[in-house]
Amino acid sequence: MPRIVEVREGVFKKNDQLARHLRARFDRLGVFVASLVSSPGAGKTALLQRTLQELKATRRLAALVGDLATDNDARRLAETGVPVRQITTGTVCHLDAEMIERALADWDLESLDLLFIENVGNLVCPSSYDLGERLRVVLLSVTEGEDKPLKYPTIFNTADLAVITKIDLADAVGFDRDEAYRNIRHVRPGLDILEVSVRTGLGMDPWLARLEELSARRAAAVQPG
Amino acid sequence: MHELSIAVRLVDIACEKAAALGDVRVDAVHVRLGPFSGVAKEALSFCFDSAAFGSAIEGARLEIEEVPVVAFCPRCSAERQLAGPQHLCCPVCGEATPAILAGGELELTALEVTDHAPHR
Repeated sequence: MPRIVEVREGVFKKNDQLARHLRARFDRLGVFVASLVSSPGAGKTALLQRTLQELKATRRLAALVGDLATDNDARRLAETGVPVRQITTGTVCHLDAEMIERALADWDLESLDLLFIENVGNLVCPSSYDLGERLRVVLLSVTEGEDKPLKYPTIFNTADLAVITKIDLADAVGFDRDEAYRNIRHVRPGLDILEVSVRTGLGMDPWLARLEELSARRAAAVQPG
Repeated sequence: MHELSIAVRLVDIACEKAAALGDVRVDAVHVRLGPFSGVAKEALSFCFDSAAFGSAIEGARLEIEEVPVVAFCPRCSAERQLAGPQHLCCPVCGEATPAILAGGELELTALEVTDHAPHR
Protein backbone atom coordinates (compact mmCIF):
# COMPACT_ATOMS: atom_id res chain seq x y z
CA MET A 1 0.00 0.00 0.00
CA PRO A 2 1.44 3.38 -0.95
CA ARG A 3 1.50 5.88 1.86
CA ILE A 4 2.41 9.54 2.13
CA VAL A 5 5.08 10.61 4.57
CA GLU A 6 5.39 14.28 5.40
CA VAL A 7 8.97 15.51 5.46
CA ARG A 8 9.22 19.32 5.01
CA GLU A 9 12.67 20.45 4.15
CA GLY A 10 13.70 23.51 2.18
CA VAL A 11 15.86 22.67 -0.81
CA PHE A 12 17.97 25.79 -0.16
CA LYS A 13 18.25 25.07 3.57
CA LYS A 14 21.91 24.08 3.44
CA ASN A 15 22.87 27.22 1.53
CA ASP A 16 20.72 29.43 3.74
CA GLN A 17 22.27 28.02 6.91
CA LEU A 18 25.79 28.52 5.64
CA ALA A 19 24.92 32.05 4.52
CA ARG A 20 23.62 32.84 8.01
CA HIS A 21 26.88 31.56 9.50
CA LEU A 22 28.88 33.68 7.08
CA ARG A 23 26.81 36.78 7.87
CA ALA A 24 27.34 36.29 11.59
CA ARG A 25 31.07 35.85 11.01
CA PHE A 26 31.29 38.99 8.87
CA ASP A 27 29.47 40.94 11.56
CA ARG A 28 31.70 39.60 14.30
CA LEU A 29 34.85 40.48 12.38
CA GLY A 30 33.52 43.91 11.43
CA VAL A 31 33.56 43.50 7.67
CA PHE A 32 30.68 44.91 5.64
CA VAL A 33 29.84 42.68 2.69
CA ALA A 34 28.09 44.00 -0.41
CA SER A 35 27.26 41.94 -3.45
CA LEU A 36 26.53 43.12 -6.97
CA VAL A 37 24.12 41.33 -9.29
CA SER A 38 22.96 42.18 -12.79
CA SER A 39 22.63 40.82 -16.28
CA PRO A 40 25.91 40.38 -18.18
CA GLY A 41 27.29 43.70 -19.36
CA ALA A 42 25.34 46.01 -17.05
CA GLY A 43 28.58 47.35 -15.62
CA LYS A 44 29.27 45.51 -12.36
CA THR A 45 33.00 45.33 -12.92
CA ALA A 46 33.24 48.94 -14.09
CA LEU A 47 31.31 50.20 -11.06
CA LEU A 48 33.33 48.05 -8.72
CA GLN A 49 36.65 49.07 -10.28
CA ARG A 50 35.87 52.74 -9.79
CA THR A 51 34.48 52.13 -6.31
CA LEU A 52 37.66 50.34 -5.22
CA GLN A 53 39.72 53.16 -6.73
CA GLU A 54 37.78 55.82 -4.83
CA LEU A 55 37.60 54.08 -1.47
CA LYS A 56 40.99 52.37 -1.22
CA ALA A 57 42.78 55.33 0.33
CA THR A 58 40.46 55.43 3.32
CA ARG A 59 39.03 51.94 3.68
CA ARG A 60 40.52 48.45 3.74
CA LEU A 61 38.92 46.65 0.80
CA ALA A 62 38.84 43.31 -0.97
CA ALA A 63 36.75 41.75 -3.72
CA LEU A 64 35.59 38.35 -4.87
CA VAL A 65 34.47 38.03 -8.44
CA GLY A 66 32.51 35.17 -9.95
CA ASP A 67 32.55 34.20 -13.61
CA LEU A 68 31.87 31.09 -15.61
CA ALA A 69 35.29 31.35 -17.22
CA THR A 70 38.28 33.71 -17.58
CA ASP A 71 39.83 35.88 -14.89
CA ASN A 72 39.50 39.03 -16.99
CA ASP A 73 37.28 40.79 -14.44
CA ALA A 74 39.56 39.88 -11.54
CA ARG A 75 42.55 41.25 -13.44
CA ARG A 76 40.69 44.48 -14.20
CA LEU A 77 39.83 44.87 -10.52
CA ALA A 78 43.33 43.92 -9.36
CA GLU A 79 44.69 46.91 -11.31
CA THR A 80 43.34 49.01 -8.45
CA GLY A 81 45.85 47.36 -6.11
CA VAL A 82 43.06 45.96 -3.92
CA PRO A 83 43.23 42.21 -3.11
CA VAL A 84 40.94 40.40 -5.53
CA ARG A 85 40.13 36.75 -5.86
CA GLN A 86 38.43 35.11 -8.81
CA ILE A 87 35.86 32.37 -8.33
CA THR A 88 35.59 30.46 -11.59
CA THR A 89 32.30 28.60 -11.49
CA GLY A 90 32.74 26.50 -14.64
CA THR A 91 29.23 25.81 -15.84
CA VAL A 92 27.51 27.04 -12.69
CA CYS A 93 25.55 30.19 -13.40
CA HIS A 94 25.69 31.77 -9.93
CA LEU A 95 27.71 31.98 -6.75
CA ASP A 96 26.57 30.16 -3.62
CA ALA A 97 27.50 30.45 0.03
CA GLU A 98 29.84 27.48 -0.10
CA MET A 99 31.88 29.04 -2.91
CA ILE A 100 32.19 32.22 -0.86
CA GLU A 101 33.29 30.31 2.23
CA ARG A 102 35.88 28.37 0.26
CA ALA A 103 37.25 31.47 -1.47
CA LEU A 104 37.66 33.25 1.88
CA ALA A 105 39.20 30.30 3.71
CA ASP A 106 42.69 31.74 4.13
CA TRP A 107 41.81 35.42 4.09
CA ASP A 108 42.26 37.58 7.12
CA LEU A 109 38.77 39.08 7.20
CA GLU A 110 39.48 41.01 10.35
CA SER A 111 41.83 43.26 8.44
CA LEU A 112 39.03 44.36 6.09
CA ASP A 113 36.37 47.05 6.30
CA LEU A 114 34.50 46.21 3.11
CA LEU A 115 34.30 43.11 1.01
CA PHE A 116 32.63 43.23 -2.39
CA ILE A 117 31.25 40.19 -4.14
CA GLU A 118 30.60 40.44 -7.86
CA ASN A 119 28.19 37.69 -8.84
CA VAL A 120 28.07 35.96 -12.20
CA GLY A 121 26.19 38.10 -14.73
CA ASN A 122 22.73 36.56 -14.53
CA LEU A 123 19.37 37.87 -13.35
CA VAL A 124 17.81 34.49 -12.67
CA CYS A 125 19.88 32.00 -10.72
CA PRO A 126 21.69 34.28 -8.22
CA SER A 127 18.30 35.21 -6.76
CA SER A 128 17.96 31.80 -5.09
CA TYR A 129 21.25 31.95 -3.20
CA ASP A 130 21.94 33.98 -0.10
CA LEU A 131 25.69 34.66 0.05
CA GLY A 132 25.74 36.03 3.58
CA GLU A 133 26.02 39.59 2.29
CA ARG A 134 24.56 42.56 4.20
CA LEU A 135 23.78 44.55 1.08
CA ARG A 136 22.65 43.17 -2.25
CA VAL A 137 22.84 45.70 -5.04
CA VAL A 138 21.05 45.03 -8.31
CA LEU A 139 22.30 46.95 -11.33
CA LEU A 140 20.15 47.89 -14.28
CA SER A 141 21.80 49.66 -17.20
CA VAL A 142 19.81 52.16 -19.25
CA THR A 143 20.49 50.17 -22.43
CA GLU A 144 18.66 47.10 -21.15
CA GLY A 145 15.08 48.29 -21.22
CA GLU A 146 12.86 49.56 -18.47
CA ASP A 147 10.88 46.34 -18.15
CA LYS A 148 13.74 44.19 -16.86
CA PRO A 149 12.37 44.28 -13.29
CA LEU A 150 9.03 42.86 -14.48
CA LYS A 151 10.81 40.10 -16.38
CA TYR A 152 13.08 39.22 -13.45
CA PRO A 153 11.04 40.16 -10.37
CA THR A 154 12.77 37.74 -8.02
CA ILE A 155 16.25 39.20 -8.26
CA PHE A 156 14.91 42.74 -7.86
CA ASN A 157 12.82 41.60 -4.94
CA THR A 158 15.86 40.18 -3.12
CA ALA A 159 17.89 43.39 -3.60
CA ASP A 160 18.45 46.05 -0.94
CA LEU A 161 19.42 48.77 -3.38
CA ALA A 162 19.05 49.31 -7.12
CA VAL A 163 21.64 51.20 -9.15
CA ILE A 164 20.81 52.38 -12.65
CA THR A 165 24.09 52.40 -14.57
CA LYS A 166 25.36 54.08 -17.76
CA ILE A 167 23.06 57.00 -16.97
CA ASP A 168 25.14 59.19 -19.33
CA LEU A 169 23.57 57.18 -22.18
CA ALA A 170 19.99 57.70 -20.98
CA ASP A 171 19.05 60.29 -23.60
CA ALA A 172 20.82 58.51 -26.44
CA VAL A 173 18.84 55.32 -25.88
CA GLY A 174 15.56 57.03 -24.96
CA PHE A 175 15.60 55.66 -21.42
CA ASP A 176 12.26 56.23 -19.70
CA ARG A 177 13.29 56.96 -16.14
CA ASP A 178 9.77 57.12 -14.69
CA GLU A 179 8.89 53.78 -16.23
CA ALA A 180 12.06 52.16 -14.86
CA TYR A 181 11.44 53.50 -11.34
CA ARG A 182 7.83 52.42 -11.49
CA ASN A 183 8.75 48.88 -12.58
CA ILE A 184 11.46 48.50 -9.96
CA ARG A 185 9.05 49.58 -7.25
CA HIS A 186 6.28 47.35 -8.54
CA VAL A 187 8.40 44.31 -7.80
CA ARG A 188 10.09 45.79 -4.71
CA PRO A 189 8.02 48.57 -3.13
CA GLY A 190 10.12 51.26 -1.51
CA LEU A 191 13.45 50.08 -2.91
CA ASP A 192 16.13 52.77 -2.89
CA ILE A 193 17.33 53.66 -6.37
CA LEU A 194 20.56 55.45 -7.33
CA GLU A 195 21.80 56.49 -10.76
CA VAL A 196 25.45 56.44 -11.80
CA SER A 197 27.71 56.82 -14.75
CA VAL A 198 31.06 55.27 -14.08
CA ARG A 199 32.46 56.92 -17.20
CA THR A 200 31.56 60.51 -16.34
CA GLY A 201 31.53 60.04 -12.57
CA LEU A 202 27.95 61.30 -12.33
CA GLY A 203 26.26 59.82 -9.27
CA MET A 204 29.45 58.26 -7.89
CA ASP A 205 29.47 60.44 -4.78
CA PRO A 206 25.96 59.49 -3.61
CA TRP A 207 26.76 55.82 -4.29
CA LEU A 208 29.97 55.97 -2.26
CA ALA A 209 28.23 57.90 0.48
CA ARG A 210 25.50 55.26 0.63
CA LEU A 211 28.09 52.51 1.02
CA GLU A 212 29.83 54.44 3.79
CA GLU A 213 26.57 55.15 5.53
CA LEU A 214 25.33 51.55 5.40
CA SER A 215 28.64 50.07 6.53
CA ALA A 216 28.89 52.58 9.39
CA ARG A 217 25.33 51.83 10.45
CA ARG A 218 26.09 48.10 10.43
CA ALA A 219 29.26 48.60 12.49
CA ALA A 220 27.29 50.61 15.03
CA ALA A 221 24.63 47.89 15.19
CA VAL A 222 27.05 45.06 15.92
CA GLN A 223 29.35 46.87 18.32
CA PRO A 224 27.72 47.08 21.71
CA GLY A 225 27.89 50.51 23.34
CA MET B 1 19.51 27.68 -15.85
CA HIS B 2 20.27 26.28 -12.42
CA GLU B 3 17.37 23.85 -12.12
CA LEU B 4 19.59 20.83 -12.73
CA SER B 5 21.76 21.55 -9.70
CA ILE B 6 18.60 22.24 -7.70
CA ALA B 7 17.04 18.98 -8.90
CA VAL B 8 20.19 17.13 -7.84
CA ARG B 9 19.98 18.72 -4.40
CA LEU B 10 16.28 17.85 -4.18
CA VAL B 11 17.02 14.22 -5.09
CA ASP B 12 19.78 14.10 -2.45
CA ILE B 13 17.41 15.32 0.24
CA ALA B 14 14.67 12.93 -0.90
CA CYS B 15 17.11 9.99 -0.84
CA GLU B 16 18.24 10.96 2.67
CA LYS B 17 14.65 11.13 3.93
CA ALA B 18 13.70 7.90 2.16
CA ALA B 19 16.64 6.05 3.70
CA ALA B 20 15.35 7.00 7.14
CA LEU B 21 12.03 5.29 6.31
CA GLY B 22 13.60 1.88 5.87
CA ASP B 23 12.95 -0.48 3.01
CA VAL B 24 10.63 1.56 0.82
CA ARG B 25 10.18 2.41 -2.81
CA VAL B 26 9.63 6.11 -3.45
CA ASP B 27 6.75 6.57 -5.89
CA ALA B 28 6.55 10.34 -5.78
CA VAL B 29 8.28 13.39 -4.38
CA HIS B 30 6.02 16.30 -3.46
CA VAL B 31 7.32 19.85 -3.43
CA ARG B 32 5.91 23.32 -2.92
CA LEU B 33 7.20 25.97 -5.27
CA GLY B 34 6.69 29.70 -4.95
CA PRO B 35 7.25 32.27 -7.70
CA PHE B 36 9.94 34.02 -5.64
CA SER B 37 12.09 30.88 -5.37
CA GLY B 38 13.72 31.80 -8.66
CA VAL B 39 13.04 28.28 -9.93
CA ALA B 40 10.98 27.49 -13.02
CA LYS B 41 8.48 24.66 -12.68
CA GLU B 42 8.92 23.24 -16.17
CA ALA B 43 12.70 23.30 -15.97
CA LEU B 44 12.67 21.60 -12.58
CA SER B 45 10.32 18.87 -13.86
CA PHE B 46 12.50 18.45 -16.90
CA CYS B 47 15.66 17.98 -14.83
CA PHE B 48 14.19 15.81 -12.11
CA ASP B 49 14.18 12.45 -13.94
CA SER B 50 17.80 12.87 -15.01
CA ALA B 51 18.80 13.91 -11.51
CA ALA B 52 17.06 10.89 -10.01
CA PHE B 53 18.53 8.47 -12.55
CA GLY B 54 20.75 5.91 -10.82
CA SER B 55 19.71 7.14 -7.35
CA ALA B 56 17.62 5.36 -4.72
CA ILE B 57 14.53 7.22 -5.92
CA GLU B 58 14.96 6.58 -9.64
CA GLY B 59 11.58 6.44 -11.36
CA ALA B 60 9.75 8.53 -8.76
CA ARG B 61 7.32 11.18 -10.00
CA LEU B 62 7.80 14.82 -9.12
CA GLU B 63 4.58 16.47 -7.94
CA ILE B 64 4.89 20.23 -7.84
CA GLU B 65 2.36 22.32 -5.96
CA GLU B 66 2.65 25.92 -7.03
CA VAL B 67 1.96 28.31 -4.19
CA PRO B 68 0.98 31.95 -4.58
CA VAL B 69 2.72 35.05 -3.34
CA VAL B 70 1.16 36.15 -0.07
CA ALA B 71 1.88 39.62 1.28
CA PHE B 72 0.78 41.74 4.19
CA CYS B 73 -1.24 44.80 3.29
CA PRO B 74 -0.46 47.57 5.77
CA ARG B 75 -3.59 49.52 4.88
CA CYS B 76 -6.04 46.61 5.21
CA SER B 77 -3.99 45.07 8.04
CA ALA B 78 -4.56 41.73 6.35
CA GLU B 79 -2.78 38.98 4.50
CA ARG B 80 -3.49 39.09 0.80
CA GLN B 81 -2.86 36.65 -1.97
CA LEU B 82 -1.28 38.45 -4.94
CA ALA B 83 -1.80 37.65 -8.61
CA GLY B 84 1.93 37.21 -9.15
CA PRO B 85 5.40 38.54 -8.39
CA GLN B 86 5.29 41.39 -10.92
CA HIS B 87 3.14 43.79 -9.00
CA LEU B 88 3.43 43.82 -5.24
CA CYS B 89 0.28 45.61 -4.29
CA CYS B 90 -2.89 44.73 -2.45
CA PRO B 91 -5.56 43.34 -4.80
CA VAL B 92 -8.25 44.93 -2.62
CA CYS B 93 -7.05 48.47 -1.95
CA GLY B 94 -4.02 48.87 -4.23
CA GLU B 95 -1.56 49.72 -1.45
CA ALA B 96 2.07 48.64 -2.01
CA THR B 97 2.90 45.45 -0.11
CA PRO B 98 6.64 45.22 0.53
CA ALA B 99 6.26 42.56 3.23
CA ILE B 100 6.17 39.16 1.54
CA LEU B 101 4.87 36.40 3.79
CA ALA B 102 5.08 33.46 1.39
CA GLY B 103 5.98 32.68 -2.18
CA GLY B 104 9.72 32.19 -1.93
CA GLU B 105 9.65 28.54 -1.00
CA LEU B 106 11.06 25.51 -2.71
CA GLU B 107 10.34 22.86 -0.19
CA LEU B 108 10.19 19.09 -0.13
CA THR B 109 6.89 18.46 1.64
CA ALA B 110 6.22 14.73 1.37
CA LEU B 111 7.29 11.41 -0.05
CA GLU B 112 4.84 8.91 -1.45
CA VAL B 113 6.27 5.51 -0.65
CA THR B 114 5.39 1.83 -0.89
CA ASP B 115 6.77 -0.58 1.67
CA HIS B 116 8.63 -3.45 0.15
CA ALA B 117 7.23 -6.88 1.03
CA PRO B 118 9.12 -8.32 3.98
CA HIS B 119 11.80 -10.79 2.91
CA ARG B 120 11.36 -14.40 3.86
